[in-house]
Amino acid sequence: MMLVLAALGVWAIGWGVNIWVSHQKPGRWQSVVSATVFGVTAVIMWQLVVTGLEVSPVILPPPSMIFTAFVSSTDILWADFIQTFVKGALSGYVIGCSAAFLTALAIDRSNFLKRGLLPIGNFVAALPIIGMAPILVMWFGFDWQSKAAVVVVMIFFPVLVNTVQGLDAAGKMQRDLMHTYAAGYWQSLFKLRLPAAAPFIFNGLKIASTLALIGAIVAEFFGSPIVGMGFRISTGAGRLELDLVWAEIVVAAIAGSAFYGIVALIERKATFWHPSQRK
Amino acid sequence: MGMRNILPVFTVVMVIFALWYAFAIVLNKNWAEDKATRGGYELSFSELVADTWSQKKPRLPTPDQVAGEIWQSTGVAAAKKWRRTAGDPLFARISEVLNDKRSLIRHAWLTLSATMLGFVFGTGLGILLAVGIVHNRAMDNSVMPWVITSQTIPILALAPMIIVVLNAVGISGLVPKAIISAYLSFFPVVVGMVKGLRSPEAMQLDQMRTWFASKSQIFWKLRLPSSVPYLFTSLKIGVAASLVGAIVGELTISQEGGLGARMLQGNYYGTTLTIWAALILAAALAAVLVSSVGLVERITKKRMGFVQ
Repeated sequence: MMLVLAALGVWAIGWGVNIWVSHQKPGRWQSVVSATVFGVTAVIMWQLVVTGLEVSPVILPPPSMIFTAFVSSTDILWADFIQTFVKGALSGYVIGCSAAFLTALAIDRSNFLKRGLLPIGNFVAALPIIGMAPILVMWFGFDWQSKAAVVVVMIFFPVLVNTVQGLDAAGKMQRDLMHTYAAGYWQSLFKLRLPAAAPFIFNGLKIASTLALIGAIVAEFFGSPIVGMGFRISTGAGRLELDLVWAEIVVAAIAGSAFYGIVALIERKATFWHPSQRK
Repeated sequence: MGMRNILPVFTVVMVIFALWYAFAIVLNKNWAEDKATRGGYELSFSELVADTWSQKKPRLPTPDQVAGEIWQSTGVAAAKKWRRTAGDPLFARISEVLNDKRSLIRHAWLTLSATMLGFVFGTGLGILLAVGIVHNRAMDNSVMPWVITSQTIPILALAPMIIVVLNAVGISGLVPKAIISAYLSFFPVVVGMVKGLRSPEAMQLDQMRTWFASKSQIFWKLRLPSSVPYLFTSLKIGVAASLVGAIVGELTISQEGGLGARMLQGNYYGTTLTIWAALILAAALAAVLVSSVGLVERITKKRMGFVQ
């Protein structure tokens, strides 16, 4: 009971600090500090409440136990990470994004195809594509190739739709200007239309980065070799080894956030001129 | 979709169907040829095509096979049950037909109810959180970054664990699936609502203040109405995400049924037709859900005067 009271105390302190921070002069550090305080408070409360109420580790292990599992099984986690993230998600991401990009360039030359494919692309983007996973596992086998295929299918349409919309982003006047410079198709593509499309393309790439890891992990639920993050999560949950499952989730969270963060960072460097990137 | 897009869309759909049939030939060819060599006969091209388009367990079933399977497991199954329960009271017959374990109607209904429950929870939670974030600086600074981080975590991957844990506490059935759905649909709602509640311009807010409007009056009369278009955009994304959540949840607790469970079942027994039928029905469900939200959106916006 003491520990639960202590958790409430920690919550009050964290809340107080955040209110104090929010009354300071606004600056960049402010949101970083309050987000960190919030996160740390949440983890400490989790630890205190779970140990204080003696919650069974089968239901929710405390963070300390997850940390121990993380440290003691780094080799397993690393192998899973390579199998699922690098081999499955990343290769699928590269293939899917390039295929969607090239298709978008091809479609863009025909107004007819564009008008036909955009509504369908928007429709498909709303479908539960993840359901294709069992079929693709059947076609491409249990190893990472089928996971990459699921990722390709999941991200193709979001990237395609965003790229096609982006290629339309350059204004009529700007295009006419390129025309008066006697610029050819490729010149005006590289110097005007692709840069103008960049914010849209990056939007698609960011959506795809979160979908990629999900696709690779969920596809493993339908069959995988005895390595991989999805395999570990589903078998671990079945065997009630929840500390290992949570450690795997921590890896997935870090990998997912880092992947998204890297794409967002490249976006900031590449489209620094766009209003949404201004401070 | 405007009228002028109908012809292009129709053409593209036809191309997709043509490619589908072509791929069915390519993917199912091996099995047909194997059968021919074992039986010791030659296949002409037209025989090969006919075989690849009518196999029992094809690697890729053709659209007409999938349509046939859907019809068999909905209409025909329902009609059979209906005839078999002749003589029972009307309501008992209807519920018998809807609860037929063989019928896809029951599985689609299970998925739909989990989706709707999760969607309602997720939307409610998302709106509440957005109201808190807009009215409280400390909450904005501390919670919002974590709301965004929470989505880079592949939550769908947590599905098996969430379900096992909830089962251990004694919660089973619809609720675990609905929780996954709620988690997926709450994020677009939070982001959209925060944007929407902040969309009134400084001038409009100043106007409210000159009228001596209280904070709650500003909320009910200005912020909330201006957030409606944003809310509906988010709801359309949210309802689609909610369906995905329910399906992935069903992959883990397949014993209770649902479209996801049918996909897994097809995966076990290698019956591709079952998977495809469930998949197409799930796609149809997504289309119906998104377009119903779109319909409510159009009516609401019209009544609120957003569109003339």
